[in-house]
This record gives sequence, structure tokens and C-alpha cells, in this order.
Amino acid sequence: MQAIGLTFVDWLIIAIYFGFVLGIGFYLRGYTKTEEDFFLAGRKNSAWVAGLAFLSANLGALELLGMTGNTYKYGVYVAHFYWIGAIPAMLFLGIYMMPFYYSSRIKSIPGYLKLRFDEKTRVLNGVSFGVMTLLVSGINLYAMALVLHTFLGWNWDASMLASAVTVALYVTMSGLMSAIFTEIIQFFLIWFGLFLVSILGIIDIGGVNEVFSRIPEAFSKLWSTSGDPTQNGMMVTWGGIVLGLGFVLSFGYWTTDFLVVQRALSAKDLRSARMTPILVSFFKMAVPFIVIMGGLIALALARDPGTGFALLQDGGKINYDSALPMLIARYYPPGLVGLGVTALLAGFMAGQAGNISAFNTVWTYDIYHSVFNKKASPQNLLWMGRAATLAGIVLSVGTAYWAKSFPSIMDYMQAIFSWVNAPLFATMLLGMFVKWITPNGAFWGLIAGMGSSFTMFLAVKFSWIDPRFITMSSVQSDMAANFWRAWWAWLVCFGVTIVISLFTKKKPDEELVGLVKGLTPETLGQPVPLLRRPGFWAVLSLIILVALNIWFW
Amino acid sequence: MNEQTEPKEQKKMRPIWYFVGLVLLTIGVLVLLTGIYMLAFGIKSPTALAGLHPNIWWGAIMVVAGAVFFFKNR
Repeated sequence: MQAIGLTFVDWLIIAIYFGFVLGIGFYLRGYTKTEEDFFLAGRKNSAWVAGLAFLSANLGALELLGMTGNTYKYGVYVAHFYWIGAIPAMLFLGIYMMPFYYSSRIKSIPGYLKLRFDEKTRVLNGVSFGVMTLLVSGINLYAMALVLHTFLGWNWDASMLASAVTVALYVTMSGLMSAIFTEIIQFFLIWFGLFLVSILGIIDIGGVNEVFSRIPEAFSKLWSTSGDPTQNGMMVTWGGIVLGLGFVLSFGYWTTDFLVVQRALSAKDLRSARMTPILVSFFKMAVPFIVIMGGLIALALARDPGTGFALLQDGGKINYDSALPMLIARYYPPGLVGLGVTALLAGFMAGQAGNISAFNTVWTYDIYHSVFNKKASPQNLLWMGRAATLAGIVLSVGTAYWAKSFPSIMDYMQAIFSWVNAPLFATMLLGMFVKWITPNGAFWGLIAGMGSSFTMFLAVKFSWIDPRFITMSSVQSDMAANFWRAWWAWLVCFGVTIVISLFTKKKPDEELVGLVKGLTPETLGQPVPLLRRPGFWAVLSLIILVALNIWFW
Repeated sequence: MNEQTEPKEQKKMRPIWYFVGLVLLTIGVLVLLTGIYMLAFGIKSPTALAGLHPNIWWGAIMVVAGAVFFFKNR
């Protein structure tokens, strides 16, 4: 089953891209002298560089293909992942949380937990984040090989190993610096490589209004079908969207997942670090113009038999992930096909590099340096970072083969996020804004939150309980279960942390200065013009978010 | 310390925008030339909207964008 045929020039473009990322890794190696260069890209990036890397680390091809396919399946409802499911959390990170992260000079999120609470909470989060990152990294690798195999007919093992070796080489050479460089190149390749699909699709169908007129009316609605779960394909009510996705999963991911926060920490100063997620929020709101529009175009074409357009089928079932590759096959002539495939490859490899660079930092600082070798020299840490990169890639390849045995990878990815990120957001929120939260409260709250999420996952999977107890709805879907499980895990962590903190010893106030609101002096600094203030751009972003939600209500 | 014995200062790192420009320019040129070649030799692509020659104008847009990034940050 080969959907896309490649010509010589397409192969040449793909080869140039591979040569380019390796060349960048080699070039940057000469500038990676210290551990701070390797793990935090020297803390000298502008808000634009840190911001585009922040967005790209999340914008993997798995997301591009998956979300376009989901739009084909569920319609505009999928835009919740990009708007309410991302923007408020990004703005909260920039306005309220970044001052604590950046000013405390931490090198990782578990590093903040060590300063705010204690060593055991740091190690618990370091280990759980490390495991989660390797799982996600392996799943990315598996998904890439799957796409190349399915759509291009490439050998499964060879395509996976080629990308794993490429990522291993350039991340080992120059760490976060080369990861950030390739993520930014990926950002441009995705826009240049895939936005044209939407443009040509709109021209082909006869305008945006014509696209919407050819799809079911419920598929063009964002909120008006959320009151009744049977009316939207995801079977999720507004409660699940707001509490599960918009609050817990979104804030848990965008404000505590070190994979993305690490990019903001590479900024050259606090203002740039705060501007990083705020600036990116505008681009994040625009991503639906590729994925949502692409999915709607594919649906509109497929509903008209005259177009001859159809998605691929696997064993009689529609392969929704084939929507974007099939649009590329429909519209892209030679040359552009190479660009489109390169954009997908760049997305996969940048996502993989993002996971590995976050893993090597957390392993080196929060597990190796914290538990095994407290007296490690900076040179030893740099060496360990490079060794952890190679080990992480090898483990990811193993995880990829393991993921191959699962029937549904998206299900497991969402489940992994709800086990680790959702409860951690409760710990972070309480830790940053309530000074009497204790180290033992945080540790046991995190254990209870992660444990409850995992238990709920098993209970639903093996039918120990009726899923209605978790989703509070008469209809069921995996998505609804993920959203609601994340909410309950957050609530359990929040409650247990508060209760245990009431009865255990708190840290002295003087140890919490700079880490907790109320004990940290507000640094006003030099007055800056309105256009350079993070608050101004955050308000503007919020206004656009509200307008988009009303427009597609 | 004698001037001659001072370590040679490391060459300044090129900004990321230089590399972005280089990638867009290289790929854009290839896409544009492919489009021009197909038009010149009457090679028809079986894709939808092939008559619009998207590889020509999209390749040209990439060349312009790449050139701006590349030459402004050289």
C-alpha cells in the first residue's frame, strides 16, 4: 500500500534535509563547551528562538497526522486541543510561573521540586518523567516508521534506525542547542511543507464557505454540541473539555512538562523567558489552519464521490491518519512531494530530539548527580549527558518495538500524560502559590495522584468498574475517559497534598524565598514600553482566543 | 600576557535564522527548478490542480523567504 510516489528530486530534498541536520550538529559541537551549553543551550536565546523551539517540541508529525485524522473524524471540535486546551496554560506559564522557574536558576523541573520541597520528591518526579519521556520517544519513533512504511513503502526497521541514528548523532554532539536549531528549522518546514495543502484544498473545493457547506453541520461547531455528548463525535461534554482538557491536562503539560519548559529556560533573560510561551500562543492558535482545515478538506472531498478522493483502509477500517498524506498525494507534484515528506520527517525527528534532550538533562541532574554521584564535576556531567543521549536513543528503539505490539498508541500516550503530568500540576500549583505546603505533603500527594490515575486506567481497561463513574456520562469514549481521569488524579493529588501538609512539618520561610508567591519580592525592574510587556501580549492573545471560540461557537 | 600568545578568539556562532534561510533557499530552488523544468518540457503531473503549477510559485515564495533570512543574517 503506497500512497505517495517519490521522484529523484523528492529523494534529493529528503537527503539534503538529513545532511543538513547532521551538519548543524557538527557545526554546533564547536560551541558546546560547558554543561550549561549542552543542557540549556548556554541560556542565551531570544524569546523568538526559545518560543519557536517551545512550540515545535510539541508539534511532532504524530500530532500533525493524528489531529488532521481526528478532524476528519470529529470536525472542528478538535480545535479545543489548540485553543482552550493550550492557550490559557501557556499564558499562565508566562505570566505567573516562569518568574519562579527562571529566577531560581533551576536546570530542570525536578530541580525546582528539590528546592521547593525535598530530594525524594525530586527523584520521584525525575524517575517518572524519565520513564514517560522514553515511552513517548519510542512511540514517536514507532509512529514515524509506521508512516514511512505505510505511505512510502519504506522498510520498517531501516527507516526507524536511520532516524534514531541521525537524532543520536546530532543531540550527542551539541545537546539542547542542536535540538533547538533543528526544531526551528522544522517549524518553517512544516509551514512551508504543509500549509500549501490547505491553500490548494480551498482552491479545489471553491472557498472556505464551500468547505463548511459540504460537511455535516455539527462538525463545524466548537461549543454548541458540547451540552449533549451524543451530539459530538468525541462524546465529551463541556465539563470534560473545560476541567479535563482545558484545565488539568493542558496546564499539566504546558506548565510542568520539562520537554517544553526546558526551551523557555534557555532564554537569555527573564523577560524573554516570560515572552516565550506568550509569543508562541499566537502561533499555536494558527496551527488549526493546517490540521483542522486539512481534515475538513479531506472530509469534504471524501463526501463527494466525483472527486475520487478516499482515505486508505487497513483491514476494512478507515485509516484516519492517512488524511494528510492522501492530500499531499492529491495536490503535490514532484518537488513539493519531497518537501511535504521532509516536513513530516522533520516533525518526527524534532519531536524525538526534544524528548531525548529533556531525558538526558533530567537523568544527568536529577538522578545521576542527585543519587549516584553528588560530587560529579561539570566535565563529568557533560560526559554523562552525552552518554545518556545514546542510552536514551537505544532505550527508545526498544520502546518503539514494544509500542508496536499495542493496538492503539494514542490511547497509551494520553494515558501516560494523565499518570504523570496531571497530578504534578497540582503539586506545582500548590508549591508555587501556598507557602505552608510541606515536603511530605507534596511527596505523598504526588504518589496518591499518580497511583489513582494508574489505578483508574487499569480499572476501566479490565472492566473492574463502570466507566460512567469516571466520566459521569451515559456515553463512553477513550477521550472522555482520559480527560476525566486526569481531572480526578489532579483532585486526588490536590486534596492529599493539602491534608498531609496540615499535619507535617513545613519548610522555614527563609528557604522558600524566590520559590513561592508571597515570599518573593516583585521585581519590577526598569519600566518597559507597552509593546515589550508580557502582560500586554497575554491580554491580546486572550482576546483572540475568545473571539475564535465565539466565531466557531 | 604577550599578544601573540593569547588564545585565538572563537569565531562567532551564526544565528539560527541563517540556517533557516539556507534550508528554505536550497529546497525552494529545487522545487522551483523542478516546476520550471516540467513547464518547459510539457511534463504533466497527474495531481489535482496541476495546471496551477504550484511548485513554481510556492518554490518562488520559498526562495524569496529563504533569501531574506539568509542574506540578512550572513
